[in-house]
Formats: sequence, structure tokens, C-alpha cells
Amino acid sequence: MWVLLAVAVVIVGFALRLNAMLVVTVAGIVAGLISGMTPMKILDTFGTGFAGSRSVTVFIVVLPVIGLIERYGLQHQARRMISRLAGLTVGRLLAAYLLVRQGTAALGLMAVGGPAQAVRPIVAPMSEAAAERRHGPLSEPMREKIRSYAASADTVGLFFGEDIFVAVGSILLITGFVDTTYHLKLDALQVALWAIPTAICALLIHGARMLWLDRSLGRLAGAGAPADDAEAVTTGAGR
Amino acid sequence: MIKVEWFYWLVAAFFLVVAVVRLTDREAPRRHASAAFWALLAFTFVYGSAVTAGAGPAWVEGLAVIGLAVLAGFGLPRKGTERTTSDAEREQLATRFGPKLFIPALVVPAVAVVFGAWLAKVKHGDGLLLEKGSATVIGLGVAAVVALVVAMLMFRPGSVAVPFQEGDRLLGHIGWAAILPQFLATLGLLFQAAGVGDAVKGITDGILPKGSLIAAVIVYCVGMALFTMVMGNAFAAFPVMTAAVGWPLLVQQFHGQPAVVFAVGMLAGFCGTLCTPMAANFNLVPAALLELKDTYGPIKAQVPTAIPLLACNVAVMAVFAFPR
Repeated sequence: MWVLLAVAVVIVGFALRLNAMLVVTVAGIVAGLISGMTPMKILDTFGTGFAGSRSVTVFIVVLPVIGLIERYGLQHQARRMISRLAGLTVGRLLAAYLLVRQGTAALGLMAVGGPAQAVRPIVAPMSEAAAERRHGPLSEPMREKIRSYAASADTVGLFFGEDIFVAVGSILLITGFVDTTYHLKLDALQVALWAIPTAICALLIHGARMLWLDRSLGRLAGAGAPADDAEAVTTGAGR
Repeated sequence: MIKVEWFYWLVAAFFLVVAVVRLTDREAPRRHASAAFWALLAFTFVYGSAVTAGAGPAWVEGLAVIGLAVLAGFGLPRKGTERTTSDAEREQLATRFGPKLFIPALVVPAVAVVFGAWLAKVKHGDGLLLEKGSATVIGLGVAAVVALVVAMLMFRPGSVAVPFQEGDRLLGHIGWAAILPQFLATLGLLFQAAGVGDAVKGITDGILPKGSLIAAVIVYCVGMALFTMVMGNAFAAFPVMTAAVGWPLLVQQFHGQPAVVFAVGMLAGFCGTLCTPMAANFNLVPAALLELKDTYGPIKAQVPTAIPLLACNVAVMAVFAFPR
């Protein structure tokens, strides 16, 4: 049971916001020492573990081509395509973004969205504009809520889309770990296939909640005094 | 036979090119130390072949891995000088190329699927054309090369160095986090070797009613979510919970289909990722980027989805994974 102290190291390390790589390494060393491994055996385990997990990092080889397409305007083109969805309510806009994010991630296009590339410059400002059109000037809680939901659409879409794409880190980790530890030969495509039922559930649940956002914003707009800080809205995320 | 190790060497070659780009970038801060990080990583990818083949001592690789962690602890590698197009240039280029810009990006999954679904089964001589169980990695490596050739023919950037400078730019944004998943996988294996899985199994055995399939499924899925919240990453939780419950109970005792059990188990872990500030890059970074007053705003927006979705995962696993 003492070996669970290594888990405590991870918790404390992350809570103190220490460098994650150092935290992980120290936790590994602590686990090894508690279980009675020699320092040499710990180094050996780090070495075999890292060498055996190389498949997790192979996604790196697509960076040159993705970087090259970005150089020629990928994000601007994506922005154009998404902006054709304008004229919708916040809820419909975010539900549509969730669908696009999930669909492209399922094709392996993880770089199409993201909080820095898409949410801040495109999705959040468009959502706020759509909400203003419908509810008038936004109050502080409304603005916070819209932005939080915009971030959540991106994250949920990515998480429950990417696992349908075979060459993603988590699928490679599953097959890599299970194959080396239990001597199975798992088919990565099978694992990816079984991510589809959950992906559909995620789309339905989170999509419905995005559509519901229109109503709860309506309530917020009715309840709160309409924004005394309306000016802050126009200088918001679009900067 | 096409061997998976060649593709790890391809990755190593890319890291080495990045190291050279860093070293020759005279304006970049701490360029020598940053170059050392990428060069050391390249070494682990090449020497890893010897380790997995049992041809070289694993502690050498282990030492290099610790070295990478120490360099990362000092805030390395740093970003380089960005040599790319301006916003205005990109706007013009997007007008010129239009939706065609997506073609090279779509080549990647297309080629990867061809390898995974079809070439993985093609025979060559006495064995398979592709090394057994490695079609995904090989497919991704080939896909990257094919997509790069397609993109070079489309855009004609004038120098073969351009895609590697752009790759270096992206890798610079990611930094040491690029290999964090591999580190977490290593930690999971180390935890497993040290008996963390057994310790967790001891606890779950105590609370789990004997012979109840549905209870075991719930403990695996909810355990994945809770452990992910603690560790901040489903990758680190997966080996521990799988050693404790997923493999011994769900697969061995209840004869669950491994592909369903492990795929859905990982997704149950993702439900935990949605709820934890430990997953800083997914939950705290967006809050900062969007200038939210409430740092937990994105988590609050995600929790009401994560809980029913966790229940869905339990249901999917219970219904589809087991023989009846």
C-alpha cells in the first residue's frame, strides 16, 4: 500500500504547479524505491518503458506538413468556412462547431481547432456577437458563460472525436501498453471503431446542452440588470 | 518486410533536424541547451531499437530519459525564431489556394487508414508485408512523407528547409509537452512494475461484490475517471486501472472483448479529464486565453456533460463488451 505514496507525489507536484516532466519522473523513482527496486533496475525500467512507448510520439512526423499548410493560410481558410455558419444563435453556432470539431478530429485533423487557434479568435467572438444580436448587451455572467461554453465545445469535440482516428496517441497507447504487457495483438482499427458509440453520446449530450444555452442565457438576460459593463464586451475576446 | 523501427528512425531524423535548426538559430535564447534536448531525444529513438531488441543495456536509455526530464525541468527546449508568413500574406494565400489547402491534411488520415485497414493484412513471402501489429505507426510515417511530397508540389516553397522550419515552429509551441504523453505512458508502466495496480486492486477487491459484472464495469469506468482527475491525464491512469480491474476482472474473468473494454475504458478516463484542473492544458489554458474571471469556467461547462457521458460509457461497455 505504501507504493500509493507515489500517486500522492503526482497530486502534490501538480497542485504546486511544478514542471510536469519532473513530477512524473520523481513519482516514478519514488514508486520504484518503495517497491524495493535498485537504482539500476529503476533506470532499466525507465529505459524499456520509454523505448516501448515510442509509438505514442510518432504523431510528431506530421508537424512539418501541417506547419507548411499553415504557412499557406490553413487557419484563414478554416475561418472562412466556419464564418459561413454566421447568422445562427449562440447555441446552434456552438453545437455546429462541436460537430465540425468532432468530425475533423475523427479524420485526424486535430490542428483545425484549439483554444488558441480557433476559440479565442473565431468561435468566442462569433458566439458573443450572436448572443448580442438576440439578447442585447451582455452582462458579465453571460459573457463568462458563453466563453466557457465555447471552450468546452472545443475540448469535448476534440476528446470524443480524435479517438475515432486510428493514429492518435491514446489508441497507440492502448495497443502499445496492452500488447507489451499482456501479449495480445490488438487491432488499432477495432479500438478506434469502439470509440464511435461514445462519440455519438457525447455529440447528443453536449450538443443538446449547447442548444439549451440559448434558453439559460435568456433567463440570465431577464434576471440580471442588462450590463452596466457593456463596453467591456466590445473590447473582449476579439482583440 | 517493412519494419516499424525504420519509422522510429524517421522520427529521430526529424528531431535531429530540429536540433540543427535550433543550433544554427543565432537569435534563439539558450540555443545550445535546446538543441541538446532534441538531440538527446533523437538518441532515445534510435537507441530504443537496441533496447527493444535486447541488444543494448536499457539503463543507458533510462539515463537519457532522466536527462530529458532534467532539461525540461530547466524550462527547455525554448522556442526558436519564427520564420513564417505574416497574417496578411496568409490571408492572400488562403484566397489563392482556397479549400485545396485541406488536401495535404486529408492525405494523412487517408494513407493511415489504407495501411491500417488493408496493407496490414497483405502477405509478403512467408510473413506479412508490414511488421505485425505496427501498421498504424508505419502508416502514419508513410502518410507524413506522402502528404509532405503532395504539399511541396502544391505550394513549391522554394527550399526543402521550409517544412522543417515550420515543423520546428510548431514543435517550439509544444515544447517538452510533446513527449509528456510518452513520459506518462512510461510512468504508467513503472507504476505497474512497482505494484501500484496491485495496491489499487487490493482496494477495489475490498469494495467490489464478488462475481458482479456490472459492479466491475462501474469500478473500472468510474475508477478511470477518478484516477484521471488525480493524475490529470487518462494516459497515466490507464495502465494502473487496467492492471487493477480491466485485465484481471473484465477480460480474464468475465471474458470481455479487449478492444471494447480498453477503448471505452480510455474514454471513461477522458470524462475525468473534462473535470480536473490538473489537465491544465485543456481546462486552465483556455480560461486564461479567453480572459475568464472564473478559472474553473470551462470545467463548470463540462461537468454536466462528463457525468452522463460516464454513465453512457458504463452502458456501452456493459452491453457490447461481454458474451451473452
